[in-house]
Amino acid sequence: MMRLDPIAAPSPARTLGLPALAILATIALAAGLAAIAGANPLETFGLIVKGAVGSRFATLETLNRATPLIFTGLAVAVAFRARLWNIGAEAQLYAGALMTVVIGTQLGLPGPLAIPLMALGAIVAGALVLLGPVLLKTRLGVDEVVTTLLLNFIMALFISYLLEGPLKDPMGMGWPKSPALPRDARLPRIVEGLRLHWGFALALICAAGVWVMQTRTTLGYEIRAVGQNPQAARFAGIPVGRVLVKTALISGGLAALAGFSEVAGLKGNLTSDLSPDFGYTGIIVAMLALLHPLGVVVSALFVAGIFVGADSMSRAAEVPTYIADILLAAALLFMVLAILLTRYRVVRG
Amino acid sequence: MTDQDTAQGETVLRLSGITKRFGALTANDAISFSLAKGDVVALLGENGAGKTTLMNILFGHYTADEGMVEVFGQALPPGQPGAALAAGVGMVHQHFTLADNMTVLENVLLGTGSLWSPGLGKPAARRKLQALAQDFGLLVDPDARVAELSVGERQRVEILKALYRDARILILDEPTAVLTPQEADALFLTLRKMVEQGLSVIFISHKLHEVMAISSRVLVLRHGKLVGETATKATDRHQLATLMVGAEIEAPAPAEARPGAVLMRLDGVSTAPQGNRPGLKAVDLELKAGQILGLAGVSGNGQGALADLISGLEAPASGRLEIAGHPVTGWSPRSALLSGIGRIPEDRHRTGTVADFSLTENAVLESYRDAPIARAGWMDWAAARRATEAIITKYDVRCPGPEARIRLLSGGNMQKLILGRVLEAAPRIILANQPVRGLDIGAVTYVQEQLIAARDAGAAVLLISEDLDEILTLSDVIRVISGGRLSPEFARGEKTPAELGQWMAGQGFDHAA
Ligand SMILES: Nc1ncnc2c1ncn2[C@@H]1O[C@H](COP(=O)(O)OP(=O)(O)OP(=O)(O)O)[C@@H](O)[C@H]1O
Ligand SMILES: [Mg+2]
Repeated sequence: MMRLDPIAAPSPARTLGLPALAILATIALAAGLAAIAGANPLETFGLIVKGAVGSRFATLETLNRATPLIFTGLAVAVAFRARLWNIGAEAQLYAGALMTVVIGTQLGLPGPLAIPLMALGAIVAGALVLLGPVLLKTRLGVDEVVTTLLLNFIMALFISYLLEGPLKDPMGMGWPKSPALPRDARLPRIVEGLRLHWGFALALICAAGVWVMQTRTTLGYEIRAVGQNPQAARFAGIPVGRVLVKTALISGGLAALAGFSEVAGLKGNLTSDLSPDFGYTGIIVAMLALLHPLGVVVSALFVAGIFVGADSMSRAAEVPTYIADILLAAALLFMVLAILLTRYRVVRG
Repeated sequence: MTDQDTAQGETVLRLSGITKRFGALTANDAISFSLAKGDVVALLGENGAGKTTLMNILFGHYTADEGMVEVFGQALPPGQPGAALAAGVGMVHQHFTLADNMTVLENVLLGTGSLWSPGLGKPAARRKLQALAQDFGLLVDPDARVAELSVGERQRVEILKALYRDARILILDEPTAVLTPQEADALFLTLRKMVEQGLSVIFISHKLHEVMAISSRVLVLRHGKLVGETATKATDRHQLATLMVGAEIEAPAPAEARPGAVLMRLDGVSTAPQGNRPGLKAVDLELKAGQILGLAGVSGNGQGALADLISGLEAPASGRLEIAGHPVTGWSPRSALLSGIGRIPEDRHRTGTVADFSLTENAVLESYRDAPIARAGWMDWAAARRATEAIITKYDVRCPGPEARIRLLSGGNMQKLILGRVLEAAPRIILANQPVRGLDIGAVTYVQEQLIAARDAGAAVLLISEDLDEILTLSDVIRVISGGRLSPEFARGEKTPAELGQWMAGQGFDHAA
């Protein structure tokens, strides 16, 4: 039989070496898969890296792809710190996208007024979507994993209905998509001529903001206390229920900003395939970052790079893009294992 | 056991040259001793002396940096509790290790059988458990969920768990810290029976009278070193105390109290029972400024309900709760704190601290939103650290520093941090629920002196303790709780311990039933 034994003080070799080993293992696994698919593994990796950061275009594409993942990753990281299992970033993202489109296309406001209002509306919408599950949790003890997960499907159906009905673009030639935002209600590019919008900068600001919130504010302290020992938190006079609600509002708002930034910065309108699972991928991003808000930026860039790189690689070599999903899943598993092994050693006995 | 000759007993356990370091700290420094069949060895030492660490090495929870452990002549592979268990070593931890959401029986069975057929052999197991419980006087309902048990009952489950696995050597880390004197006496009967059956026992205690009563040999640790080893009959309490802390300790003798205004009043307060825990039944209580009210009683008789009420965790279901003459509304832990109530909780691990928080983060748990720790929602960590360092110095908390995680502290030092957190807020009313549980004699005296000082400064103190000696030493007035009801108030010295014991057994309450 094998057992896990806690390690009192892990050595630096362990804390640094094991995650490095995890990355190597991921690469080895992917190399094996590429070889099975009939491609040269080294060449495949070269193509992935080149596809992700090999050119200015590629790099910008990766940054663009990372933007919604930073938002959803932050949303998950904030919630999970309080042991609030928000699996519903996908629904909150769509709520934010929906609000963005509604405000941007229906009110006829001038751009400088519309954009902040769209962002604010998105935050409120996303926050409200998570408010329901968290109130059910604090009032009635309903498991939020189930409710937030189910809301993803409800939201997807709701969006489809809107896109086929009330919100359908009359000029859309029958496609289920919303009308486009007016030009001046779009997020401008950070540098003229480069395909990178202000949503990315907003994501970085949010990451820094969350970090400051967690480490410097009383709310951040409350969130950590509630997450680690709700009983002690309650005894100490921390309003556990209220802290969870605040956490939910922040988390839902952050996820909704992903929808806002995708619509206002990139796509210009709402379709039912706006998010290729950004909400769920946010969980991976947050876990890889060990829930650290600045780590979320790094891991979102990493995950986006793999997606973008694998896309481009599969166009060049005949290896399916599924390899990106496998890479991510493997990276997550190996990373979790590495973290476990920095804290515990395996002994036979 | 004191008169038992253990000299020729077969050696069942031998520790040689055990050394354990945590960073710069040497928690155990080249410790060697051996244990004979039928031996009852008491391990003494100040908080943080390294007793628990040594036992954890012996049981395989920690791996020693140097030295080795032999059981029945066989070297134990280091770091394997499974091997220690198989060799017949059972351990009852200082910090309980039960699964809360499972029943007593399930907890006892946990890890004994196959994971895949947890229901298998349950009837037989139940019989064995009940027989053990009967034989050793460890009564507890096998089907009760552990979450609903009192601390005292949980301990019985821990002991049963070890006995169930046919331990030949039983290690008890501060078993009596959580027991009433009656329960402790019962435990000692249990231990005597074990010795008669050839078991050997190592037990850790801070209570010298127990050490004198039950042990055959005494080992004293100080700063990780074995500084004394003697047969119990060759020593006495004073000598042991001196060996432990390096100086003689005097019990506090509080001066006459000068009670003032009533700061808290309970008027016919009842609360709902929770699981097996009784609620309060129409309780009247007055806490006066400058007075220590000692609440005696057997564990599980409503102390928890009263403590929860005063802590703000629970509101009265009926009756009135008044603070300084004003009825309270919207009663919560926060409003209790704002009303000037300082709370020393019974369970420092679950309710008193957040294990993975640093000392600093734990020290400000109750004051984190107010200046100087925070301003307008922003934490001032430098101020928090200064406040924590002040507590560490003033209350002599032995620790690696304010940034260390509190889970690494010895039990006594954790308690000192909580005490500092409470007293530094200068509370008007102090709820001290088992405040000296697990403290060494020096620290006990210190904490008691602090409570007396708070009283003399005008605080109203409610002291809840299962230790009648403690109640008798500190209290200006005494009340007894039984089945959720309170006895009348007795003045200091009005009742003998025997009479109080009768009240604790529920006699005298009949008229109110
Ligand atoms: N895992 C650990 N990492 C770092 N330091 C530790 C660890 N475990 C214990 N210590 C330190 O080792 C010292 C001895 O601790 P130990 O728990 O053995 O004391 P003790 O004698 O049992 O005290 P008490 O009477 O308070 O229970 C303490 O200073 C404690 O802070
Ligand atoms: Mg200890």
